[in-house]
Amino acid sequence: MKDMLNVALPKGRLGEKVYAMFEAAGYECQSIKENNRKLIFENPSAGVRYFWVKPSDVAIYVERGAADIGVAGKDILLEYEPEIYELLDLDIGKCRMAVAAPEGFRDDSRRTLRVATKFSRIAADHYASKGRDIDIVHLNGSIEIAPILGLTDVIVDIVETGATLKENHLEVIEEIVPISARLIANKASYKFKNDTIDRLVQELRNDQDS
Amino acid sequence: MNIDDRVLSYAERLTFSLRELYSRYGYQPYRMSKFEEYDLYSRNKDFLISDSVITFTDIGGKLLALKPDVTLSIIKNNSDSGTKKLYYNENVYRVSKGTGSFKEIPQTGVECLGEVDSYIIGECLYLAAMSLLEISPDFVLDVSSLDITGAFVERMTDSRAVQDEIFRCLSQKNSHGIISICEVNGISPEAAEPLLNLMTLCGSAADTMPKLLGLCESCGCTGYALELMEALRVLEGCELYSRVKLDFSVISDRGYYNGVIFKGFINGVPDSVLSGGRYDKLMKRMKRKSKAVGFALYLDMLERMGDTDDGYDVDTVILYDDATDPDTLIRTVAEAAQNGSVHVTKDADNKLRSKSLNDLRGDVRI
Repeated sequence: MKDMLNVALPKGRLGEKVYAMFEAAGYECQSIKENNRKLIFENPSAGVRYFWVKPSDVAIYVERGAADIGVAGKDILLEYEPEIYELLDLDIGKCRMAVAAPEGFRDDSRRTLRVATKFSRIAADHYASKGRDIDIVHLNGSIEIAPILGLTDVIVDIVETGATLKENHLEVIEEIVPISARLIANKASYKFKNDTIDRLVQELRNDQDS
Repeated sequence: MNIDDRVLSYAERLTFSLRELYSRYGYQPYRMSKFEEYDLYSRNKDFLISDSVITFTDIGGKLLALKPDVTLSIIKNNSDSGTKKLYYNENVYRVSKGTGSFKEIPQTGVECLGEVDSYIIGECLYLAAMSLLEISPDFVLDVSSLDITGAFVERMTDSRAVQDEIFRCLSQKNSHGIISICEVNGISPEAAEPLLNLMTLCGSAADTMPKLLGLCESCGCTGYALELMEALRVLEGCELYSRVKLDFSVISDRGYYNGVIFKGFINGVPDSVLSGGRYDKLMKRMKRKSKAVGFALYLDMLERMGDTDDGYDVDTVILYDDATDPDTLIRTVAEAAQNGSVHVTKDADNKLRSKSLNDLRGDVRI
């Protein structure tokens, strides 16, 4: 896998959107549109090889050099701090990292704040910057349920429309950081496939501007 | 002593050729103990790649650590007198980012302590480039200057915290991140423009240096660019100069490093394999008056390079049993050992992959 540009795409709707952007930039690969269970697709004439991976794994594939470039959410980049270049904000997959709590919640600063989250580092950094003592409960899904059952006081999670929060009588009490999809590159690959990657970045940037 | 280099691993062969390279330029071998007083590392935690250190209490009650770093020990054990050029080949003990557990990491490197001028920095850059060339001709040595990036960032803001955020984005080539930091902190786009231009300045030293001089002139730090240019002059006539690139996303801790810093990459290895720079600030923190520059080559990153599996464990397997004539066995083994590797065994079910099999059991002959 040397001369081709290896691209890790996040599985799902976001990945399909990203592929469309890459296709418009001249990196088409028709076989990716076939309805099958294959994970790797290549178009030697365009010099590109795509593979679908779990969205949270894209940064690992890129950091370890299995992929030259990839698209990952800013939430993953903030949480895992991979050693990569973050070349472009693709301005898609937009949402926000926020603190949410049961409606009418009031923070009692005399007590340690209990926080449920999938994003322990982001939560820890956020509250450390405010000097607030917290107890993190790391969960892998259904975070919204934690304050309802009294497991924690608040949650730190990604909020898109806020509909799930609303249905569970939770509300955003604080925004931490806006999130969107970012084009990332392996640091070594960038040195040796510099022209190709820079050209792609420029094409994507031009598409954004137009 | 005659050594057949086929018995050496890639890392061993590389280590020998690097020793030869460093010795040729007058660098002396430096050996040190595996242990060091923990206090040395606790006082300079930020300098370490990982701040976790393996510690234990010595018989006398002193807290010792398995060395997580070589540079700090070299500075500690060398006084300010004269200029010392040293190279080392040591194992260090650090937490590996991937596994989150301690790993023994072989590391080789070069340190020059004392009178450090542009020539010495250039020599260090040259040795770094030559070290990379020993590994593969397909390498890149990225060079930057912390003095230059520092000057560009400091003119944007006085806040150390905001500067750190900007440096983090700079190391990720994240220009949109810098723009957003500026928006949040009320820094005008005009103030950010020189740094954003510096970030796009990326390419061979020969091509980018004139543009760098222009940018530095507009920011009032031409002196730093000239220093960098002076150091790079040592490499100018060499073929490998085309592999030396200016890239200002190379960042090191500003509390320890200053001036020229660099990182080396090999095509096919996903992360930098070499890292170095000038560390006068660290010397000062350790109460030394002299200056210093050096680099380390991380041999663990090269684990998958060089050694190729030819599909065989041994050249010849010789099978024998109690009925085999001892003289025939001894003679056959001696002959086979002359021509390659040989494994002598009674175990006919051995799983060794061999180029040839010589069965001396009973009266069976092949």
